[in-house]
Amino acid sequence: MITIDVDMNKCQHYGQCVFEAPEVFQLNADDKLEYQAEAPDEMLGDLEAAADVCPMQAITLTRE
Amino acid sequence: MDADARLVLIVGASMAGLRTAENLRRAGYAGPITFLGAEPHAPYNRPPLSKELLQTEGQGHDDVAFPIRSALEENVEWVLGRAAQSLDVERQVVVDETGAEHPYRALVIATGLRPKPLPIDDHGLAGIHVLRTLDDAVALREALRPGANVVILGSGFIGCEIAATAAKAGAASVSVVSQSRIPLERALGPLLGAEVRRRHEAQGVRFFCENGLFGLVGDPGVERVILTSGVMLECDVLVVAIGSDANTEWLEGSGLDASDGVLVNGGMQAVRADGQVLENVYAVGDVARYPNPLFDEVARRVEHWNLPTETGKRAGQVLAAHIRGDDCATIVAAPFAPLPSFWSDQYDMHLLAFGLTYLADRSEVVAGDLTDECVVEYFRGDELVGVCGIGMRGAVQSYRSRFAAPVAAH
Ligand SMILES: Cc1cc2nc3c(=O)[nH]c(=O)nc-3n(C[C@H](O)[C@H](O)[C@H](O)COP(=O)(O)OP(=O)(O)OC[C@H]3O[C@@H](n4cnc5c(N)ncnc54)[C@H](O)[C@@H]3O)c2cc1C
Ligand code: SF4
Repeated sequence: MITIDVDMNKCQHYGQCVFEAPEVFQLNADDKLEYQAEAPDEMLGDLEAAADVCPMQAITLTRE
Repeated sequence: MDADARLVLIVGASMAGLRTAENLRRAGYAGPITFLGAEPHAPYNRPPLSKELLQTEGQGHDDVAFPIRSALEENVEWVLGRAAQSLDVERQVVVDETGAEHPYRALVIATGLRPKPLPIDDHGLAGIHVLRTLDDAVALREALRPGANVVILGSGFIGCEIAATAAKAGAASVSVVSQSRIPLERALGPLLGAEVRRRHEAQGVRFFCENGLFGLVGDPGVERVILTSGVMLECDVLVVAIGSDANTEWLEGSGLDASDGVLVNGGMQAVRADGQVLENVYAVGDVARYPNPLFDEVARRVEHWNLPTETGKRAGQVLAAHIRGDDCATIVAAPFAPLPSFWSDQYDMHLLAFGLTYLADRSEVVAGDLTDECVVEYFRGDELVGVCGIGMRGAVQSYRSRFAAPVAAH
């Protein structure tokens, strides 16, 4: 399992992460980020890609 | 084969270098990687240097360092605080400033850019700054004390962001001196440029456009600057932000085409001045110059934050195939057409853009209100080449798919 944490003090809701891992990250109707806190290991590649493209470097991934 | 001869050498412990290494591992290369970096720091993220880190006392490398993924914890050597000085592509060796030789099997050039220096004689005066590195940012933060008179030469993104940060930090005065007619005009066009100016002026920032520096007064630190228009400004802190040059001096005599950044093909493989492609030499990030078929066939150096990642991904894939001994021709022939993306934060204004807005000859507000939140489209002739929004993230993000197909050559 991978735990996903987005530092909402840093996140500017740019939505770049949404394009790398739409299963986990979405922009809601108010253009605010919503995300799932956990994802299966198979998604690691997509999640790392999402963390890489985040302009604010707000996404932290932890593997359990 | 001995270990050294299998080695991937990455020059520049930068974001682009790090992304290349990560993607090499993802593509199956488990062999040795050495980073040779001029700065004493492991790779870190630069955008906060003109924003949060510049205004937050105590922030340092920990606050901006990129995480080092587990795949890079083994078989990676970091040689930091040492600049490469020369490259011999025949012998496959890089020599660093101490004279030490670094043989490689494959070389990745990720040396980025550095700020252009003050265009006039600085007379050795203190108080003159540039902003590219963490150390630059810490020095500038020290200088941006409340009550300082700050003059910024250059009205591009970095100049404007520093102006915003200095204004927030309680500077007595913030003045932006620029050759151009309108701040950010080249990058964002006259419409949005003028609006950015308006928002800065509302915060007390003054603009001296179509202007330059004529001279400096002070001893031992700068106290006043004289503009070419004759105006004299109080100045304790002078920041030079007039663009950047590629760090390619160390490639002189190597035979690579490094006239304005390193020319590479769509596989990020270096092209020699005589046109020959070097399959084991790559350039990535800001220092690379390559055509993007989304726009045309002109090779360009593009300084947008998402491109170190995109070029690093591409180079990692091609290089891993090359090391495996696979034929890279098919991968290299597939179009490399990353959509450039940048953002900028100034006060509560959040700009987000896709495409190459600066190729446009015309821009138009298509949604929202320029003085509040809006979407601006950029055209070269009839062709949409870029979009930029103030706020309105969802609307701006929806443009991505419109750039998805490479356009015909012009
Ligand atoms: C202050 C600032 C703010 C920015 N803000 C934004 C923003 O808001 N939005 C955005 O889209 N983009 C922004 N950018 C641009 C973005 O940060 C760059 O595009 C990105 O950092 C480029 O990364 P790079 O890996 O190509 O090169 P760099 O980050 O330039 O790294 C190159 C490294 O190579 C090293 N090096 C140089 N010469 C040698 C040598 N001879 N031997 C060994 N090492 C060498 C350098 O010391 C450096 O560490 C900003 C840039 C700066 C400087
Ligand atoms: S990319 Fe980063 S800043 Fe943007 S929405 Fe995702 S987490 Fe937030």
